Amino acid sequence: MKVLGQSITRNGLVLSAFAVATAVLIAGTYLQTRERIAAEQRAAEERALLEIVPREAHDNSLLDDTLPAPVGEDKLKLAEPRSIYRARRDGRVETVLVPARAPDGYSGAIDLVVGVDRDGTVAGVRVLEHRETPGLGDKVDRRKSDWIDDFAGRSLQNPAPAQWKVRKDKGVFDQFTGATITPRAVVAATRRTLEYVKANEATLFAGGTTPAAAEAAPAVESGP
Amino acid sequence: MSEHVYRDLSLNGLWKNNPALVQLLGLCPLLAVTASVVNALGLAAATLFVLVCSNTAVSLIRNVVSDAVRLPAFVMIIASAVTCTELLMQAYAYELYQILGIFLPLITTNCVILGRADGYASRNPLGRSAFDGAMMGLGFGVVLVLLGALREIFGTGALFADMDLLFGPAAASWKIVLVEGYQPFLLAILPPGAFIFTGLLIALKNRIDSGIERRAAARREAPVRGSKRVRVTGTIS
Repeated sequence: MKVLGQSITRNGLVLSAFAVATAVLIAGTYLQTRERIAAEQRAAEERALLEIVPREAHDNSLLDDTLPAPVGEDKLKLAEPRSIYRARRDGRVETVLVPARAPDGYSGAIDLVVGVDRDGTVAGVRVLEHRETPGLGDKVDRRKSDWIDDFAGRSLQNPAPAQWKVRKDKGVFDQFTGATITPRAVVAATRRTLEYVKANEATLFAGGTTPAAAEAAPAVESGP
Repeated sequence: MSEHVYRDLSLNGLWKNNPALVQLLGLCPLLAVTASVVNALGLAAATLFVLVCSNTAVSLIRNVVSDAVRLPAFVMIIASAVTCTELLMQAYAYELYQILGIFLPLITTNCVILGRADGYASRNPLGRSAFDGAMMGLGFGVVLVLLGALREIFGTGALFADMDLLFGPAAASWKIVLVEGYQPFLLAILPPGAFIFTGLLIALKNRIDSGIERRAAARREAPVRGSKRVRVTGTIS
């Protein structure tokens, strides 16, 4: 009995020592890489946003001018809190970048960000995260194909709401060979985002709610 | 003597005891990420790194840990090696981290790694264990990349697409379109295709092996024909 107790104690101590050592190792790596990872994530997010609104087209810091995007909202269908980014020029909101989620992708949800200009036209759409079939459905990703550029310049009037569909469903948007479900989901999510922006136009494009806008306000008055 | 050991280790990891084709270990990531070469290569590199790290660490502590608790200790080592790899990849290869997604943390559950830790590194010196890890990782990686290439060719008619995600913008032009206007072959890209192509690779390996064996057997028999000793020893069927 005594021997058993000793071996349990010894093994327990060895395992605890291991737990401590590995925890220290992970904590050390985490602390070493934490800042770099945060910077990479921010940069990746900003890259996606800047593809829609080029740097020349706005003069504020996109990542610092945000509105909360509501979770559980019927049109955006977000699963977790995200941010709506606003691109301003001379203090006036020119483009809003709205996160949206297409829950009906071929393999799970597709996360999008949709840029909408002041006049209701699409500035651009980008897929942030997806798990669509490589080589087929993943063509919605701008890195794989330029299909998604087709949205730029469209609006709820162009085409008419009934035609915001893929060709197979008698709409105007191309589907991919071998993959209809993915583009169908993305087209529908983009249309819903446009409807959301239209319904919330006043709040989204309102100026003067951030310090950046307040500073820029005089410039607007003296302008044309 | 020692050269023999290293030669045997290489032969074992790369061919005779290949983790993917003979031991059939780590099939979950093997089947899931091999839809293209770039994904396969990413996972191969991460697995190789973890395998070398864990084999080294396990070999270092092999005399400290008692038999009763060795497995939990190994799992802790492997899990922390994987977590560190994940953090490092997130910091220094963010794009690749995004591609591999869930399969990176799942390396922890890859049986190749625990198998080599328990089966080899826990009873062999440091140098050999690290080398064994490298060879097993390489053997696994070669199969991953081969499978990725086959599925990419049959699935999309091209090879080396999107290599820039791994090797920077210069690699964007590496893509080779083998067949213009290829109609995508869905089966090759979806999981069933992975099973079929893995099966074909295993069959090919077995065929090569049996060919080698036949030739070796023929060579062994030839010189003893006519010798009297052959009637007294050995088996004649």
